[in-house]
Amino acid sequence: MPVIAESLAGKRIAVTGATGFLGTAIVERLLRSVPGCEVVVLVRPGQRQSAAERTRREIVRNDCLDRLRRELGDGFDTEIEHRLTAIAGDVSRDGLGLSDDDRTLFASCDIVIHSAATVSFDAPLDGAVEVNLLGPTRVAEAIRAANQGTGRPLPHLVAVSTAYVNSGHKGDAAEELITKARWLAMPDWKAEVAAARRARSDADAASRHPDRLEEFRQRSRSELGAAGTALIADRTEKFRNQWVTDSLVELGRSRARALGWPDAYAFTKSLGERALLETRGDVPVTFVRPSIVESSLSEPRPGWIRGFRMAEPVIISYARGLLSQFPGVPEGTVDVVPVDLVVATIIAVAAKGPDDEGPTVFQIASGARNPLRYGLLVNLTQAWFTEHPLYDSRGQPIVVPKWGFPGRGKVQGQLRRAVKLLSTAEKVLNQLPVRGERAEVVADLEDRRIQAERALDYVELYGAYAETEARFRVDRTIELFESLDANDRERFCFDPAVVDWHHYVLNVHLPSVVEHARVRTHPGKRTLATREERSKKAVLSKEPRLAVFDLENTLIASNVVETYAWLATRHVEPKERARVVTELLAEGPRLLALDRRDRGDFLRSFYRRYDGAPANRLRIDGVELWSDLLALRAFPDGLARVRQHRALGHHTLLITGALDFVVEPLRPLFDEIVAARLGEIDGRFTGEMVTAPPTGEARALLVEEYADRFGLTKAETVAYADSTSDLPMLEAAGLPVAVNPEAKLAAIARRRGWPIEHWGRTKGAPRRQLAVATLRPGLRSSVS
Amino acid sequence: MSPRPGFVLEVDRSTPPTLFWHGEGFRLERLPVGSRVIYGPEPLPALKDPDAAIRHALENPLGDSAPLRTLLSAGMKLTIAFDDISLPLPPMQAPDIRQRVIEAVLDLAAEAGVDDVVLIAALALHRRMTDDELRHALGERIFNAFAPHGLLTQHDAEDPSNLIHLGQTDHGEDVELNKRAVESDLLIYVNINLVAMDGGHKSVATGLASYKSLRHHHNVQTMLNSRSFMDRHHSELHHSNWRMGKLIADSGVKVFQIETTLNSDTFPEQFRFLQRREWEWNLRDRAGFLASSKALERTPPELARRIFQSIKSPHQMTSVQAGEVGPVHDRTLEHVHQQQLVHVEGQTDILTMGLPYICPYNVNSIMNPILVACLGLGYFFNLYEGKPLVREGGVVIMSHPTPWAFNPVHHPSYVDFFEQVLAETTDMAEIESKYEEAFATDPWYIHLYRTSYAYHGVHPFYMWYWCAHALSHVGKVIVVGGDRAAVRRLGFSPASTLSDALEMAEDVVGRDPSITHLHSPPLMITNVV
Repeated sequence: MPVIAESLAGKRIAVTGATGFLGTAIVERLLRSVPGCEVVVLVRPGQRQSAAERTRREIVRNDCLDRLRRELGDGFDTEIEHRLTAIAGDVSRDGLGLSDDDRTLFASCDIVIHSAATVSFDAPLDGAVEVNLLGPTRVAEAIRAANQGTGRPLPHLVAVSTAYVNSGHKGDAAEELITKARWLAMPDWKAEVAAARRARSDADAASRHPDRLEEFRQRSRSELGAAGTALIADRTEKFRNQWVTDSLVELGRSRARALGWPDAYAFTKSLGERALLETRGDVPVTFVRPSIVESSLSEPRPGWIRGFRMAEPVIISYARGLLSQFPGVPEGTVDVVPVDLVVATIIAVAAKGPDDEGPTVFQIASGARNPLRYGLLVNLTQAWFTEHPLYDSRGQPIVVPKWGFPGRGKVQGQLRRAVKLLSTAEKVLNQLPVRGERAEVVADLEDRRIQAERALDYVELYGAYAETEARFRVDRTIELFESLDANDRERFCFDPAVVDWHHYVLNVHLPSVVEHARVRTHPGKRTLATREERSKKAVLSKEPRLAVFDLENTLIASNVVETYAWLATRHVEPKERARVVTELLAEGPRLLALDRRDRGDFLRSFYRRYDGAPANRLRIDGVELWSDLLALRAFPDGLARVRQHRALGHHTLLITGALDFVVEPLRPLFDEIVAARLGEIDGRFTGEMVTAPPTGEARALLVEEYADRFGLTKAETVAYADSTSDLPMLEAAGLPVAVNPEAKLAAIARRRGWPIEHWGRTKGAPRRQLAVATLRPGLRSSVS
Repeated sequence: MSPRPGFVLEVDRSTPPTLFWHGEGFRLERLPVGSRVIYGPEPLPALKDPDAAIRHALENPLGDSAPLRTLLSAGMKLTIAFDDISLPLPPMQAPDIRQRVIEAVLDLAAEAGVDDVVLIAALALHRRMTDDELRHALGERIFNAFAPHGLLTQHDAEDPSNLIHLGQTDHGEDVELNKRAVESDLLIYVNINLVAMDGGHKSVATGLASYKSLRHHHNVQTMLNSRSFMDRHHSELHHSNWRMGKLIADSGVKVFQIETTLNSDTFPEQFRFLQRREWEWNLRDRAGFLASSKALERTPPELARRIFQSIKSPHQMTSVQAGEVGPVHDRTLEHVHQQQLVHVEGQTDILTMGLPYICPYNVNSIMNPILVACLGLGYFFNLYEGKPLVREGGVVIMSHPTPWAFNPVHHPSYVDFFEQVLAETTDMAEIESKYEEAFATDPWYIHLYRTSYAYHGVHPFYMWYWCAHALSHVGKVIVVGGDRAAVRRLGFSPASTLSDALEMAEDVVGRDPSITHLHSPPLMITNVV
């Protein structure tokens, strides 16, 4: 047999899925180790990026090509330009969505390596069906269509599948066509396609049932609180879409299990093979079925990996102490194969050319030839992380749990109970009126629930892979390997026997996983800025900014009821003061409820109390109100922040439901104050607002309006607020900051990486339990 | 029996424990044998008829000044400036001296038919006084007659419309003062001279000045060269004010200075034990001490603060003199010294002091950590003539709870100074050059100073500069019983007990140090020979 590079020299090879883990490795190896070939990558254009742009960013710039870059030096760009062509195509569309020019180019290929797949194990069924099941068929059809009338021989289609198409049983799984696998239930793939497509519309219809919509709305409300109709609606719709997706994921999982596959991935891949066999026509086809593909053993460098894949999240969760149990039996096999072995297999298969007798299958897996025992993997992992612990946010090393080998049912049970307990605790705490640092406890709880849920997901998804009892035969692959000359065997090694698992796990895979996980591997303070620190920096940048502030509980721990109580008691006798205050206290709960329901209505109704009040006197009192009450309750850090913005030349804006004369003392801090203003007739207030402060979504619009006025963009707008009712305003700003957030907002801020500020009153400041005006000397004589 | 003069006690085995002020409370500390405790002179007798004495002083002015009666005439513009809430300490029982003096002045003005009279509280950069405080200082009658008509004003150092630049002294110091005061036909300044620093040309040149003017003597360099600022002849602070006083006089501003002195009868009956020498405590004093300390143990700090801040001092007037600034002030200093001067032989390695709950800048407010530093290292340390009581490189041990607490209405810029500036550095020169201007010109602080009851933005800097001389002189400052974080922020060392503090001090001054305790109350000024 001629050497691989030679036989592929001058060939034009198309690769689908080239931006994926395996695809990138294939492209790299072709470019580096098969100098005479030309590579055409079929890339789906992104929303904003063309196929060529995506190719440049996601393939050429990937560290996978660093070795080639180094080896070629200045010649790298020319080499890429000459040998790598990108065409826009999408395997989930009929005809692959190729343009005429691209189709011609595609038709001129000698080999098509189809590695595009939805590898996610929890993909919705319909998506997996479109890509995994129909993808190979579409590629074959496109090959035939493009080839028609060219007179050229049909290109060789190397379809990458998965060894797990054949995994639903114990014992040997041979390298034979899927149609020959006797023990597999083989449903009609066309019926499955139709069912999956129908399932999407069924789920969509079901998600629109009134009860369900109400449930989404409730969830949205409980998450966002009084954030306003638009945001609640938006969130509700997101929940609905998520529900549809979740249903399809669940459907995929259960359909696959029902038919004996571990998940929708293996299931759809399996049907994909079958469909291709049925529809390929004369296209020569070879299947390559890898098992679990993991980081590379040595090519292009030891440990190269792309994306966060199957085992990695599980490993990292374990190292972070989040996952303390994972099902599996110690003597079971985890069938892992380094990516470079898979790539070499594919290239060797491509070089060998199609079998004249029809489609054949090459499996590349380790289980039969050089098994990695689950027990060994667990022990090595534990040993490695004990020696190289990850560090928590306080810089303390995390001690990894000792991993037992419990059954899957037990682990799932434990995790389900934990999730339930945590979400109950979260719900209870969410009802409490806590804010600030205490509210973050709730956010912590949420974090832990999400972690537990994720762990449960991992167990449910991947549990089967640690328990696989099928042994994937690799006889044909080894036969091919042994037919190579010594030179090729070294350059394109794909014999799983070469893997020393000890070395691979400890020195290659785990270091690479940890490096990719962006976790803390050193004690002490983090040197890399967190997302929150970066946003904080952006907030106080020297660039122009509009800084918008909410008032109550953001800058001052007070509210309109208190300021009213103060103003109402300022000029009355002590006996009368007591009455005013007692009445207000009694009304407290009702007022609070009204405020929660609708801020605007509350203000309108509450401000009626000012009907007939002497306007000028209140304006004068407003100044005293600051010194006697509000200054005691103001947050010095908050006021300092406003001034910091001003010192940086930023515009500052206060938006509040408080009355204008109450916030007048804050005037020097802000360029603009948007506050409530009462009507006035003959020097007396009417009790009706002539300027109503915007609430909810209207605040967002106002923020945008002001940003516009100052010639600033959303990205240059900073917003400070404390509650989810300000969510529209926070979202209208590119740089939202949660101040003393209540539980819901704390959770949202944590999730979205918004900076959280805890601003408190002045330390040791005199406390005022009741907002009653200090007895004025004016009561004892006439000072007006 | 005439009051006994000041006294330096040498502690021996039979000496009872010594009383230390400790904020809103006290500590009884046993000082090592051989330590010295300095007691001020006992309260001097009060003037029998203060009102008569005031009238007499106005009729018989000192120096080159005619009797006030002859200076007043119908149609003239008269301004009466008076010391603000920072004096006296604690605030005195009614009637306040200011009320007595101003009533006497107003009587004369009325007789002369003067009808353009304005009162100005000489705030400098202090906080505005509340109506209640003004009422207390001036009495109901004056308050009601002036306040409703806007004739009772408070100096606003940030009101450009009511400031006037008189020129520069021969040292290039700007003199910018209250316009109404300067443009009056006569400016009467009513002082309460609690300590030797008060009064003289400082009254007008500081009390009615703007930041532009004050910064020439309220700065680190001046403070380093005022040794001490309680000794006017060795005080650069006073030299500068005197130069300004000359310029004011040369500009044709006619100042009629009235100064008054107080005896050291500082605390009312229930706190009588504070003013007695411990070995002379009788059963009643002991009972009083026990009752107050036990009660205070159970009192929340905020309530304790309110109780102490409500104390009105019984101190009485011992002298009043009026007329030309210089001669009046010289006479005043004689009286202050008579009440406060104690001769002490030799310096000490370690100076201990108990700091009370009050200083000039926290009347009806909170003594925040910066004010604690200022009271101990600014005021108490500087209560000397000649040489500081503690030797160069010695140690000052202060006792005060030093809570990390601020009054946000009165001291907003202090909060930020403590959190932003002291967190960065405690270095005087760096603070002055890097931060002062920004705080002094911050529109928010200016707004609060003018419209609320806030000390000026630059005020915490001045308080810090007040410590400059002490900090450059001593080797270490230890605070006993203070909030550890707050004490550290100030750059001082916290200690939980006096004996711990003394041991820490030995690291600086060596074994068997000499120890001297400045016993307060009463206030005193030491002459170290």
